Amino acid sequence: MAMKLRTMGRHIKEAFKSLVRNGWMSLAAVSAVAVTLLLVGSFIALLMNVNKLASDVENDVSVRVYIDLAATEEQQTQLGEELETLPEVETVVYSSREDELQQVVGTYGTEFDLFEGDDNPLHDVYIVNTNSPEQTSVVAEKAEDLEFVSQANYGGAEADKLFKTMESVRNVGGVVIIALLLTAVFLISNTIRITIFTRRTEIEIMKLVGATNWFIRWPFVIEGALIGLVGAIIPTAIISAVYVYGYDMISTYFVGTYFSLLPVNPFLYQLGAVLLAVGVVIGSIGSLLSIRKFLRV
Amino acid sequence: MIEMLNVSKKYPNGITAVNDLSIRIEQGEFVYVVGPSGAGKSTFIKMIYREELPTKGTIKVGDFDLAKMKNKQVPFLRRHVGVVFQDFKLLPRLTVYENIAYAMEVVEKNPKAIKKRVLEVLDLVKLKHKVKMFPNELSGGEQQRIAIARAIANMPRVLICDEPTGNLDPETSWEIMRILEEIANSGTTIIMATHNSQIVNEVRHRVLAIENGRIVRDQQEGDYGYEA
Repeated sequence: MAMKLRTMGRHIKEAFKSLVRNGWMSLAAVSAVAVTLLLVGSFIALLMNVNKLASDVENDVSVRVYIDLAATEEQQTQLGEELETLPEVETVVYSSREDELQQVVGTYGTEFDLFEGDDNPLHDVYIVNTNSPEQTSVVAEKAEDLEFVSQANYGGAEADKLFKTMESVRNVGGVVIIALLLTAVFLISNTIRITIFTRRTEIEIMKLVGATNWFIRWPFVIEGALIGLVGAIIPTAIISAVYVYGYDMISTYFVGTYFSLLPVNPFLYQLGAVLLAVGVVIGSIGSLLSIRKFLRV
Repeated sequence: MIEMLNVSKKYPNGITAVNDLSIRIEQGEFVYVVGPSGAGKSTFIKMIYREELPTKGTIKVGDFDLAKMKNKQVPFLRRHVGVVFQDFKLLPRLTVYENIAYAMEVVEKNPKAIKKRVLEVLDLVKLKHKVKMFPNELSGGEQQRIAIARAIANMPRVLICDEPTGNLDPETSWEIMRILEEIANSGTTIIMATHNSQIVNEVRHRVLAIENGRIVRDQQEGDYGYEA
């Protein structure tokens, strides 16, 4: 397939010319691609963030190690050090019974104020974060075997349920994204098939004047890629604008929590790259496949 | 030179359009192909530019052996065989200039040579002033002249015309005929299927009459021979 460079230039020029002269047909194809990719892009943005929040929730699960009331200060420190040496443990934070009471008061109301001082029934606590969420139960078990520990708590069944739910959210999200991508592939290549179908007589004439199949194909493939590219730029722009706006708005609610959305950089660049790639690749391959039928003249 | 030897064409639906036909046409000849509708004229003509393949026999056009050649080589045959149709078959989205240039871009000629030749053939069909127009802005006769200009742009050895005057009024038909004569005089073989008895009878050339897929008459300087 030796082709002169000038001929490639001609094919590109020809693709642009055809895009402009086909006016409405090109516009229809571009908007079909744009609408499809807008849907796909929005869902990807949504699901990726749900996934991110799910991880945030999981990482927030920690083991609460209640210290025996009889333990001295030294013994408490020793216990803290022992906890830190466990291989699964990431951080250990001390929270005194006074701190604990303040939290209870904060959560349930000032009536609990009367337990202040020596009446405080709560324990001093080590809040232990693990390297990964799945290790919480292991750490809790190990902690219970240590000296001066009255109890180690990780939310038990509750936490296990949470992990399972997050697991299925992830799986469903992945399946939905793949399904949407496949739908996009189908819709875009179908639209391009229609634009090419209306031009089958043109292809027939090209063959009659002695054009080789590749000579006919190139401008169509480039035109398909252009349709895909323009059709992807529009949803990328829309999603970027909405995401930047939404990110700022939602982030204010998350201040002081473990939660955060995926940051604009790099997430939007990654999403944009995916949408543009899907548009261009499907646009050109869609053309390539649709034109095949009409080349057998 | 075009040569057919014992050529038969049977379509998948069982109809035999061409039946054991043999013919030899020398380079530079002008040949009319006449006969009733459905007699096999179209199939005969389509086999010359390999739109149809024979089911039996051999066809040679210049150095090309049509029955043996691969699909991939067909474009190269088409560059030596220009074709003109009753319905013109111009590319609707390309201007007059671009339509003719297309046939030459296909051969990867350089833009300078293309421009020179396009203006040359437009001069021959006397439509230089419509160079920037689109096909739908032209009359039928003008469109056919553009189609002819496109067909000869690459200087083919053979020009095939399938009822080139079929959609045109008598006066315009004569204009087309004049152009074809001029092309023939430059040494191009012309094979023209037609129902136009006036033209065949007045501008005498070799006549092939086809009926039931066979050549029933092959006459130099022949007449049309059918009731008009």
